[in-house]
This record gives sequence, structure tokens and C-alpha cells, in this order.
Amino acid sequence: MLKTLQQICRAGIVTESPPATDDTLRLGDGLQDRIRAILGRALCIRHVDAGSCNGCELEIHALNNPVYNIEGHGIKFVASPRHADLLLVTGPVSRSMEAALRRTYDAMPDPKLVVAIGDCGCTGGVFGESYASVGRVANVIPVNVAVPGCPPSPNRILAGILTAIAPPGVRSPHV
Amino acid sequence: MELQTWIDRSTPSTGASAVRRLSVDSDSWHACAKDVAASGGRLFALWAACSPRKEVHAVLICGAVVLHLSLELRETATRYPGLAGIFSAADRMQRAAADLCGIDARDADTRPWLRHAVWPANYFPLAGELPPGISSRPFIDDYPFVRVAGEGVHEIAVGPVHAGIIEPGHFRFSVVGEKVLRLEERLGYAHKGIEQRFSQLPLLEGHRLAARISGDSAAAYSWAYCQALEGMVRAPIPARAAYLRALALEVERVANHLGDLGALGNDAGFAFGHAQFSRLKETWLRSTESAFGQRYLMDFIVPGGTHSDPSAGALAGLTACAARIAERAAVYHDIYSEHAGVRDRFEGAGIVTPQLAAQLGLTGLAGRASGQAYDLRVDLPCEPYAQLAVRKMVSREGDVAARVAVRFDELMESLRLVELIVTQLPDDGHRAFVATPPDGCSGIGFTEGWRGPVLIALTAASNGRIQRCHPHDPSWQNWPVLEHAVIGNIVPDFPLINKSFNLSYSGHDL
Repeated sequence: MLKTLQQICRAGIVTESPPATDDTLRLGDGLQDRIRAILGRALCIRHVDAGSCNGCELEIHALNNPVYNIEGHGIKFVASPRHADLLLVTGPVSRSMEAALRRTYDAMPDPKLVVAIGDCGCTGGVFGESYASVGRVANVIPVNVAVPGCPPSPNRILAGILTAIAPPGVRSPHV
Repeated sequence: MELQTWIDRSTPSTGASAVRRLSVDSDSWHACAKDVAASGGRLFALWAACSPRKEVHAVLICGAVVLHLSLELRETATRYPGLAGIFSAADRMQRAAADLCGIDARDADTRPWLRHAVWPANYFPLAGELPPGISSRPFIDDYPFVRVAGEGVHEIAVGPVHAGIIEPGHFRFSVVGEKVLRLEERLGYAHKGIEQRFSQLPLLEGHRLAARISGDSAAAYSWAYCQALEGMVRAPIPARAAYLRALALEVERVANHLGDLGALGNDAGFAFGHAQFSRLKETWLRSTESAFGQRYLMDFIVPGGTHSDPSAGALAGLTACAARIAERAAVYHDIYSEHAGVRDRFEGAGIVTPQLAAQLGLTGLAGRASGQAYDLRVDLPCEPYAQLAVRKMVSREGDVAARVAVRFDELMESLRLVELIVTQLPDDGHRAFVATPPDGCSGIGFTEGWRGPVLIALTAASNGRIQRCHPHDPSWQNWPVLEHAVIGNIVPDFPLINKSFNLSYSGHDL
């Protein structure tokens, strides 16, 4: 126990400031203001892997590490779409996940936001569209913010999430 | 027949050096596999091709020889003798071959595997693109799960969307109270047509898609792909490039092991482990980015060598980071080993005995935790592994604790290798020219990724394009074993047991 406490003290607080928001990531508009008015700074995210290579998942996981400390910003990942305000979607949408993605979106209460993560989520990426892939997330559900990258860094993902809940033109709601 | 007789009949193949090719008829196909199994050999991969010819391929590892069996079928033939009775792991590979190529094994489970109801049963993706007029559609099929009957037995259905940041898949548990009687997996949700996509790409660009078969194994796959490609044209690569590739593979192993060790602590309810290891992993990824220009090595290994050449300063930063991580990880290892709560969750959970592991073909890291002492870096080393004297890490306990212990040992070994590789790094350039392989030429490449052995089988078409590229992930062997590992455990231990294997969905579903 003593050793554990020593290590905790030794590591200290490593959390960094969040990135600024980025209006260039914004696709649609309209909902954000309403959501921010309702939610303030608490945001619940549901993640759906709609067929990704798992690269984006690694960087989404990193948001929970002490350096990005996403929960420290009032943002947390939840286990059910019914608890979620924002849907974070990775991957080209595989045809086998299309129905599950749509059902997850439908299960979320209104108003809701969608952030597509990664080159595949934005455009279909290297996988494109085929008998097995529907391509980009926006081909299946409405997308508010799309974050390119293969995979995008945790800071870019966080910037995308913060952009989704910030009014256009304002650099960052947190800094 | 003696195994040696089969090996004598085979001829050296292109690609990785130990591979020998043997074309067989239906009877020899089955007989040879049987003889390989009888002498302790293992099934590495099995796949089919249906254009331009109908073929079934199996790669078997027999000691220091990798035997590539090819069975060519007549144009009208749709069936071949399956190998599932010899190597149980072949079953799902055969079902996938049936879904993608329309070639059925005689001994197969007849349920579709990768094909959900989204594309028609009479359409075979590797025979060509979807004909116009027939469209794929989202549709949830009624998959016939095996039912467990009895008083008090009920089912728990989980997925494909899970309550966490996880890839998609479905698990059907049959339970009594909390105890799992049976788990049946339903995979294929992440199937995005990777093998068909390969055949639309030029040979010299396939490594980009290979790196994205399973993002956590980008270096392993892109190296295997380049090995296959370079073998086809017998293109030598600079020694420095080989060392840099090995460095990339070990860097990837370190990142994944750090992530898993943290996640396993988390699943055992020990938040300290998650916080500390995810912090170390972040430090490691930043150091990786300084050296390679990327946090994850999606575009580092390219035909002929590597995309970039890390500077001496960045490499010194990487080895300094490796030393710091080794020092911290040793302390955390002690904390994990001494923590009563963690030990209580890890020990005895999800046991796969060495006997069961051998019978089911458990491979890679999970295999080594169940006494299957195989590691391609040691058993069939390519350059530069023959010079590095990699130490193989093995345990015989086969529980979550053993898979954690093997990860700790391999983490330390990889950190040692990182330092060693940087010290020995030759200075003869990082990239050579690779010519486009000629039509019909084929090659095989393999590496020991962090999860286990990864294979790429590549065939060239005309105009420098890919005819067929089959990637094989160790998850094919290990997913069925997970079903056995959870029997008799309680449902709440499943996430921990599952994480201790940490198998790829994308690498399996393709």
C-alpha cells in the first residue's frame, strides 16, 4: 500500500490543458447551441466502433489517461446510448454494423450530437465503399463534426468533441 | 507417410526464407496435414482463392520448416476435404473461405461466418465485385446459436455494440446463476471487405492497407506484407532497414503491452494500474512520435525499407524513455504481484491448460502463457532477429495471471531489444528500390506481432496489381479458445478474461 501511495505521489499530476476548438472540423450546425444551453459543461459520450481497424480506439482510450484526463473536463464515456448526449463513431461503417449504428443513434435522447473520428469515419478511408462497407459515417447518420487522421491524435479527437459543443467562432469553451 | 517425405517433395518458395511450397491433390492435402499434426506441427493459416483458379491453401509450421500446401480444384468443384478434424482452428477459416469464395469444406460447420445477411448467399466477394442490380442492405440475420437446455439456464446476449470503447462483436452466454456454461461468439461485424479491396490495389501500395488490417498491429502487418513482396522479386533490403523494422515491431509491442497491463489492472478494479500504465504508454507514444513521426506506426514500413530514418538524437530519446519505463514497470510489477485484490482476480481466472492449448492451437502471447513455447522471432528468425537472441517468455499456468506475467516479461525483453537494436543499428541506408513483381508470382511473409504470428500471402496479377492478398491474424486461432477459457467462470470475470487475451476483431473479420 505504501509503495502504491509513493508511486502516486512520485507521478504527481500530469494533466495538460485541453486543445482549442477548431471550426474547420464542423460539418452541420444548429443543434450545438441548444445542447450547450441544456448541458452546460457536462457531456456524456457513447462510442460505437462501426467497423474500424481499432487504431482510432487506441487514441480514444488515451483520452482517459491522466495526461488528457477527459473526465476532468466534465466529459465521460457512458455504457448506454440512452445516457449519451454525443455519439463518437469510428470506422468506415461496415454493412454488418449499419443497422446497429442506426439503432444506437435512434436510442439516444434528443437533442444529440455525432462526431465521426478518423479518415475512415470522414471519408471511408483506405477501405472505401464496397459490398461490405457503407463508407463514411455521414452516409448512415447525420454528423456534426468530423475529425480526420489515421488515427487522429487524442488532442485532435478532444478538439473535435469540444468543437461539437462550442458555438462557432469561439476558440474554446475551456481555456 | 513420414513428414520428411512431404518436405522432400516440396520446393523452396519465394517470400520468407523458411517457406516451402507443395502442390497437392485432395487426398494428399488431407494426408499431409494429418502427418504434420502427428509430428507436432501447427496450422498457421488457411484460405481460398477463386479467381482466376479455384484453390485452397494451408500454411503449416513443422519445426524449422513452413510448409505451404496448395490444392487446386476443378472449375466445377465446390468442395474439398476440410482440415477441421485435424486442426480445430481450421473450422472458422474454412467457413470464411466458403463465405468469400464459395468453396466448402466437407467437414465444416455449414453456418456462414463472415457473411451476415447483408449480402446475398450466392454472391462471393472474391469472385468479383457485386453485380449491378444486387445491392447489399442492412439486415439483421437470425443466426442459429447453439442452445443450452436445462433447469435455470438462461442466455445473456452482448453486443455488437459494447458498453465501452471496444470493437464490435456479439457474445452469447448460456448461464446458470452467475456461472458460464457456454459462450458462443458471433463475429464478422467489422467485416469491411479488406481482401476484395486488396485486389483493387497496386502491389507497391498494398502495405498501406496491410497496416490497417488491425491498427494495433500496423508494424507487424506492414512488415509481413513487405517481406512477401520483396521475396517475390528477391529484392534485398539494407541491413539498417531490417533493424529499423524490428525496432518498429518492438516499439509496437511495448505500446500494446503497456496499454494491456493498465487495462487489466482496471478490469481487476485497480485504478492505480490503469492510471500509471496509461501514463507510461502516453510517454512512450510521444517518444515514438519524436523518433518515427507517428504515434502509431501506420506508414513507417514500406516496400524496400522504411519511410523515414529516425535521427540519432530521437533514437537516443527513445532508448532513454525505454530505460525509464523499464524502471517504473519493474516497480509496478511488484505492486501487482503483492496486491491481494489483484491477485485474487488474476489467479485461476480463465484457465487454458497447456494440453487444451495444444489441442486447440492456441498461439502467440496467450499460447506462451499456456506452455506453447513458440515465437517466430526465435523459431524462424528473419533479419535482424537472428542477431538479437530474443528470449522466449513462457508460463504454464494458463490463467489471467500467466497472461499478465508473460506481458510483463515480454515488455522488459522488448525494452531491452529496443536498446540493443539502437546500439547495433547499421548505417547503410533505410530504403532500397523494389521492382514490381511479375504476373502470377506469389510470396509469403510473416512476423511475430505483439499478439502472435501474423501472415500475409500475396499473389501478383498483371499490370503490377494484386491478384490475391490474404492476411492472417492470430486471433483466428485464439477466439475459439476464449470460448473454452470462460467455461465455469462467472460472468463478471468475462471482461477480465477477454482483456487478458485482447484479440482483434478487425484483424479477424477483415
